[in-house]
Amino acid sequence: MTLWLMAGLLFTPLAWAVLTLLMNFTWGRLVTWGGILVQVLVSLGLWLAVSRDGGFYYGLGGWEAPLGIELRVDGLAVTFVLLTAVVASACGWHAGIYIDADKPWHRYFWPLFWFLWSGLNAVWLGGDLFNLYVGLELISLSAVGLVALGGKTGALRASIRYLLAALLGSLAYLLGVALIYGQFGTLSIAGVVFWLGEHPVPAGSSLALALMVAGLALKTALFPLHRWLPPAHGIARSPVSALLSALVVKASFYIAARLWLELGEPLGSMAVAQLVGLLGSAAVVWGSWLACRQQELKQVVAYSSVAQIGYLFLLFPLTYSVSESVTLQAQQGITLQVISHALAKAAMFLAAGNLILSTGSNRVDALTGVSRFLPFSLFSFGLAGVSLMSLPPTGGFAAKWLLLQASLGSGQWWWVLVLLGGGLLSAAYVFRIYRASFLESSETDQFYHPPRSLEIIPMILALLSLGLGLVSAEVLSVMALPFEEEGLP
Amino acid sequence: MTLNAWIPVLALMTSMIASLVIFALPEKGYRLRTAVNLGAALLKLGLVVVMVWGVFRGVNYGVSFTMVPGVTFVLKADAFSMMFAGLSAVLWLLTTIYAVGYLEDSPNRSRFFGFFSLCVASTMGIALAGNLFTFFLFYEMLTLSTYPLVVHRGTEKALKAGRTYVIYTLTGGAVLLLAIAWLHGVAGDLPFREGGHFTDSDPDIHRSLTLIFILLVAGLGVKAAIFPLHGWLPQAMVAPAPVSALLHAVAVVKAGAFGIVRVVHDIYGVEASSALGLLEPLAWLAAFTILYASVRALWQVDLKRRLAFSTVSQVSYIILGVSIFGPVAAVGGLVHLLHQGIMKITLFFCAGNYAETLGIHRIDEMDGAGRRMPGTSVAFTIGAFGMIGAPPLAGFITKWTMGSGALAVNMDWVVVVLVTSSLLNAAYFLPVLYRLWFREPEAAWPHERQWGRLETSAWLFWPPLLTAAMTVMVGVLASLPFSPLSWAELIVLREYSP
Repeated sequence: MTLWLMAGLLFTPLAWAVLTLLMNFTWGRLVTWGGILVQVLVSLGLWLAVSRDGGFYYGLGGWEAPLGIELRVDGLAVTFVLLTAVVASACGWHAGIYIDADKPWHRYFWPLFWFLWSGLNAVWLGGDLFNLYVGLELISLSAVGLVALGGKTGALRASIRYLLAALLGSLAYLLGVALIYGQFGTLSIAGVVFWLGEHPVPAGSSLALALMVAGLALKTALFPLHRWLPPAHGIARSPVSALLSALVVKASFYIAARLWLELGEPLGSMAVAQLVGLLGSAAVVWGSWLACRQQELKQVVAYSSVAQIGYLFLLFPLTYSVSESVTLQAQQGITLQVISHALAKAAMFLAAGNLILSTGSNRVDALTGVSRFLPFSLFSFGLAGVSLMSLPPTGGFAAKWLLLQASLGSGQWWWVLVLLGGGLLSAAYVFRIYRASFLESSETDQFYHPPRSLEIIPMILALLSLGLGLVSAEVLSVMALPFEEEGLP
Repeated sequence: MTLNAWIPVLALMTSMIASLVIFALPEKGYRLRTAVNLGAALLKLGLVVVMVWGVFRGVNYGVSFTMVPGVTFVLKADAFSMMFAGLSAVLWLLTTIYAVGYLEDSPNRSRFFGFFSLCVASTMGIALAGNLFTFFLFYEMLTLSTYPLVVHRGTEKALKAGRTYVIYTLTGGAVLLLAIAWLHGVAGDLPFREGGHFTDSDPDIHRSLTLIFILLVAGLGVKAAIFPLHGWLPQAMVAPAPVSALLHAVAVVKAGAFGIVRVVHDIYGVEASSALGLLEPLAWLAAFTILYASVRALWQVDLKRRLAFSTVSQVSYIILGVSIFGPVAAVGGLVHLLHQGIMKITLFFCAGNYAETLGIHRIDEMDGAGRRMPGTSVAFTIGAFGMIGAPPLAGFITKWTMGSGALAVNMDWVVVVLVTSSLLNAAYFLPVLYRLWFREPEAAWPHERQWGRLETSAWLFWPPLLTAAMTVMVGVLASLPFSPLSWAELIVLREYSP
């Protein structure tokens, strides 16, 4: 049963992709909405199965390690599979209404959407370095294609820039993978860990890890490698921006985090850990500062992503040679940050899309009077903003709390300043939007009112990210499930 | 869960659900919105009365669950939470009535009442929080839900005030979060408990405890408007009168003061705080704030700004009371939480009535308003005399108790502060009263409106008179059971002999 579910997760999105490739926009939408329902049920099924029976390794199609397609199905992976299902279906639903059918190239949205989803699932479940690479490439290429669909002048330039960054990142990662294979003779992460348990660390393997992490950091847009992100996320159509900010950047981070947690202790060093943390902090400060200075609504949200991604990299210093309880807190905090940022940022981009549709302008100034005449859309945006400011009771707050505990517990108090200061900086750009919307000037309602279904979708996501904080203990308990170490090499 | 576990949750949910319903109602649904508002306020008052009676008999109301690994979300009713919850429930009802009249025919009422209810839900959460983590949750929710109220008018001035408000309170919140997280790291998840947790603590952590205490007071001191963190409060006066009334009397400043009392009494314990040498500096800070703000109030020409500085001064009475190591002074401080609320809301209601009915904002425009609006002016006079501390009004009970408490522990300088402050109170209130009653009015009021039989709209007329009556009653009937004074004595009894 579980095997069927997994096959469903990895291969049916590909089937939907091929199917929608043959159709026009309207038919593609119909197939996609049906497909979304299937995918959500399958993801939920796998999540339930794992939360009941625990995780396991699985060699797909009889190809076992060291060279096979190895899947690692644990609590964390299925949590992200479910998260992807929630966010992607919200974006797919929104896109079906938001994107107009009359432009001929828009029909490619659906196949790209499905390729992206299948790539994401491949990354969450991948257990060996090469298949992670394949998943990553699938994601990058479909994401670039989605950005190029934006249609506005500049979309093409932004997408080419994105493509170059993504390829460069992949190249660095692949080089690292090749080095690992040369040194350990396996591509399975678990295999490498197993090997390191019995042998001394070979020279040059630290370089392999560094190359992989650097390539992934570029794909995740870690400061100072973030310059490609704001144009791409800002110019894409809103549902695409939501997918990119919520899920795509998380995929490369997820691989980097898995590598660090498994191989960081033997192959990394304190200096690397602190350096990555420092870059993350710089991203928080610099991204927030630039977000405050943007005149366009979606650029504000895009720069906010740069800042929020910065927090994720605090995982590196907070899990390197610290006690087990601190490592656990840091992992839990980062996981919550990934989930809550995914939900909040998707909500924010979708709400921003609605606001742009209503005001007919992408500028922050155009929001004057929105609070009076379009309270619903603004409310979704505002709630998502609360999560980004990491105020209680949102998931962002629970994440911050755990990271604060981890920083204090490991004596690395300097990250405390980043966490608290970053919260205030994000308040600065979020409140700037509130402020613009609360200004009263026009006495009449000159806004276009989008269909209710468009407005409800971001609200659901924002409420999920708000409620995540209240149930975070339950969400995290799925991650801590016992792991069946069967099928290890 | 038993019914007793559900009652605090219900008390919290009444205003939260009211808020959601109001947001969903159309702007024009005037009657339905008012009905929802008043219904929820009455229901909540009922629940609070049930809990007050239960807490008095020693019933435990509470519910808790693990929210984030390592921390619990706790709602719990004890004697002190009921004091704040009671204040919030009573004044919410009155302020809602007042606000319905005040905002008649103005735009964005749906938004206003939605956030207004959310704000009250936050104060309820603050009152019922069973540990610092839960307290912080609602403390920040309060910041967010009051922002839309402060900027409600949508003018540049209002937005500027909102900006100042947010900068102060969010920064305070960040400091508070640091302190709470640090304390959690040092000592774990601490529930509020009478007598505190650190009476016989390990000397190794004393330095951390001292630093954490400073951070806690700094974080909470922003909302409690302790000098030098009070700057946001006078600016926030651009908000509509019901908002100012609620901000000053119940919600925001009291949340800060309430938090400080919680920290001193129920986290550190009054004995441990005193042993760590933390109380005396706090007392000096509070005393300075009392005098400084009173002096500043003298120079304000805008009525609401003068009242704002008066609030800064009066809230520090509460802090001064708890930072004197002695039961009687503590009673004086705690009782002022209620007394100041009732008196200050009276004054703000009246200020709103003058502004709404006659267009009066500045003190020099008030000449002769007593004859035009006798009801409102009587209420204002009672409120002002209460603040000055004239017997037998509420303020007198506070000052008398606190002064005798300070003498009992040989802190005579506190009495000097109290007397000086009373003189200053008189100096900034009596000229206003003189203008009200003894000056001839100018030719015409700045912007007069007529409402049939009463001097102003009935929605605006009755609430200040009611709170003024309460100001008299809590003073005259102070020795009856369930009066604020007796209740404060009950709290202090449980704190000093846990």
